[in-house]
Amino acid sequence: MSVQARLIDLAVKFGFLLLMAGMLVFFSVAAPGFLSPHSAVFVFQSVAITGILALGVTATLVVGGFDLSIGAVATSALMLSAYVMVVWELSAGVAIALCLLMGAFVGLVNGLLIVKGRVPDLLATLGMMFLLIGLQRIPTQGRSISSGMTLPDGTVARGTFSEFFLMLGRHRIDFFIERLIPLSVIFLLIVAVLVWVFLEFPRHGRLMYAIGSNAQAAELAGVKVERYKIAAYMISGTLASFGGVLLAARLGRGDVASGTNLLLDGVAAALIGFAVLGAGKPNAFGTAIGALFVGVLLQGMTMMNAPYYTQDFIKGAVLVVALVFTFAFTARGSRRA
Amino acid sequence: MPNALEIRAMNKAFASNRVLRGIDMDLPAGAITVLMGANGAGKSTLVKIMCGVQPADGGTMQLAGRPYAPETPRAALEAGVVTVHQSINDGVVVDLDVASNLMLDRISTGGQLFLRRRKLHAQAREIAKAVGLVVPMGLPVAQLSLADRQLVAIARALSHNPKVLILDEPTSSLSDAEARRLFALIEKLKAQGVAILYISHRMSDIRRLADRILCMRDGVISGQFEEQPLDYAGAVRAMLGHEMTDVDITLATPGAPVFEASGLKLRATTKPFDMMLRANEVVVVVGLVGSGKAQLASALFGVAPPVAGEMRLDGRAYAPRNPAQAIAQGVFMAARDRRSNAVVPDFDIRRNFTLPFARRHSKAAHMISRRSEMHTARRMIDEMGVKCQSPGDPILSLSGGNQQKVMVGRWMAEEARLLILDEPFQGVDIQARRDIGTRIRAQAEGRATLVLVTELDEALEVADRIVVICEGTLVSDRPNRDIDVAAIMAEVADTPAQPEGQVA
Repeated sequence: MSVQARLIDLAVKFGFLLLMAGMLVFFSVAAPGFLSPHSAVFVFQSVAITGILALGVTATLVVGGFDLSIGAVATSALMLSAYVMVVWELSAGVAIALCLLMGAFVGLVNGLLIVKGRVPDLLATLGMMFLLIGLQRIPTQGRSISSGMTLPDGTVARGTFSEFFLMLGRHRIDFFIERLIPLSVIFLLIVAVLVWVFLEFPRHGRLMYAIGSNAQAAELAGVKVERYKIAAYMISGTLASFGGVLLAARLGRGDVASGTNLLLDGVAAALIGFAVLGAGKPNAFGTAIGALFVGVLLQGMTMMNAPYYTQDFIKGAVLVVALVFTFAFTARGSRRA
Repeated sequence: MPNALEIRAMNKAFASNRVLRGIDMDLPAGAITVLMGANGAGKSTLVKIMCGVQPADGGTMQLAGRPYAPETPRAALEAGVVTVHQSINDGVVVDLDVASNLMLDRISTGGQLFLRRRKLHAQAREIAKAVGLVVPMGLPVAQLSLADRQLVAIARALSHNPKVLILDEPTSSLSDAEARRLFALIEKLKAQGVAILYISHRMSDIRRLADRILCMRDGVISGQFEEQPLDYAGAVRAMLGHEMTDVDITLATPGAPVFEASGLKLRATTKPFDMMLRANEVVVVVGLVGSGKAQLASALFGVAPPVAGEMRLDGRAYAPRNPAQAIAQGVFMAARDRRSNAVVPDFDIRRNFTLPFARRHSKAAHMISRRSEMHTARRMIDEMGVKCQSPGDPILSLSGGNQQKVMVGRWMAEEARLLILDEPFQGVDIQARRDIGTRIRAQAEGRATLVLVTELDEALEVADRIVVICEGTLVSDRPNRDIDVAAIMAEVADTPAQPEGQVA
């Protein structure tokens, strides 16, 4: 292997981790207070929800699909959980269960549209995204949901977010420093480990990767391609709705304006995940690192008082660079081999 | 007649695979030269070099007395070497209308920024007239029949005033009437002094057109026939190199019937047939592209059910609705065209081997046992003779022949009742072909084996029984002993074929 090829290999493998380390150093110097526990809490909190959504997208990427509806599913879950607890005055458990069911159902519909309806994945989930963005606002005529709000029919909503529900999004666990790790981060870790194990070790993950690599060959090897594809979208929908539940628990109200960035951040994290350790394919570990990367980036820029539109620009730029790392260099690697 | 094109000592190798080994070839002006050769003989590589798609490693070409070494297809076209490729849709842009297709080369070389529709159509009509193509110039090519599409491709090619016209299996998707129209056109061009290189397996075409025949085998010209009347049988022998096949077959003792089909009908219009496959026996179905081989494989493996008929496996009714059901009942199939139907490019050798039987390598909680997989991968690498560093090598790092060994070996790793191998020798070198053929026979005991091929010599190397399929029905069945090659070739080739359906 020539020196140049070796350098490219190293860059592909460790480039992204280096970039992340460089970013941490830069923000520590440039933004005073970035290295504080308080700032870490913010990073963790945003990473948790982005990460859970991104892990869902990862499942669809593995089977060669894509899910653009995750952001809308999450905000729908946010509104639904608030509606169930505030307007219907039902328990937190019911709210969570209904949200997860809703997410799984949306995933099922996405999967059926793609597999049976033969709608291209991007278009099917894009349509679903628009549908959900509208649908979630119909019951309240576009207003946010909070305790004591007046409903369209004139009555006043008396329900509240239960303590237990709020704890999911707000509770923090002592870890060296008091109240450092938000509970939602623990959920992220659990979900990440589950998705990682599911994709790497059992037969099902293997077959899903086979579908993503050559669906026709997988079908002719007896893999039930359609079922696995639908399952991937159901995983994505369910995880996205779980992310929405955590967001609702953090906000404590059904805020219609929240969650606009979830799609971009989640997709960015999953795609950046391709580049981590030169995997060149969707993977759970990379996605988790990608989510952390996006979280650190946002927190750093926020602390440097960068306006929100610069943040979007930088995020987009990082995503493009990550994609080049993944596709240009690894494609080159495989051709060389 | 002077030679329009002369090729001397041409060589071409892909890695260690020497595809062309010193080709000498003359194409006289105003004559139709037929080039015959089995798959992998090197025909398509030769054509690619002639039309500027690939450079040769060594050797020279002279076009009308001048050195000719096209670097791009465009350069070949401008020099007057025009090629009409086998797959018709490569020659046309289906979304554009007829006029734009005919004028494509002129449009793409620049000139005016805006195209004047009326002028374009007038020029296009001129070009179309030359080949007898009468369709509205504004019609999208997508709405034309295959034959008309091909005429569009040829017409476009002819607008360059070719000195040499290369036709690569041009009739493979044409009906009889359409083919006759094409032949008339070819005769006309011959009369105008164009040197024509006509590549085909189809004896009826060859008898109809050939002024001379060149045969190619394993990268060399293995026969040249110019004296009238042409020795067609000799040409077939030179192409198949039957004498050179040094494989000795000891016919297996047929066991109990494994697979039976009665009244099997592959297409709505074809004749139903019966079929029986016995244990221990390797049955090879020989047929041209479009003969129904693909449908037969699809029906047996549950990809697409037959139009009519009953199938039985070990005496029980057998009607798989998808490959998974077929596999569950012990019917395995190594699909043809490994690149699109078999290889999982992101997987290493081990994972490619174990793909269909991942379930058998997984234990509690569906976890795949790496050790069990490695064991199988090592065993199969050994058995199939796959040349690689380790089971962890990426599948794409292997040569075509070794990739094919993995794709075939994938299905030999477990016991099958019926093993179907659809074109298992496609795109592999001669050594890999022998290796794969040996494995097919070595493991045949106890199961029924069905191999589908286009080339007769491939059949002769592995078969206990050779069955010819034509027009969607089985036309003959004979043991692989003292085979009358000419008779089989006649059965295989003398009848026109129809367009082939897709697997899945």
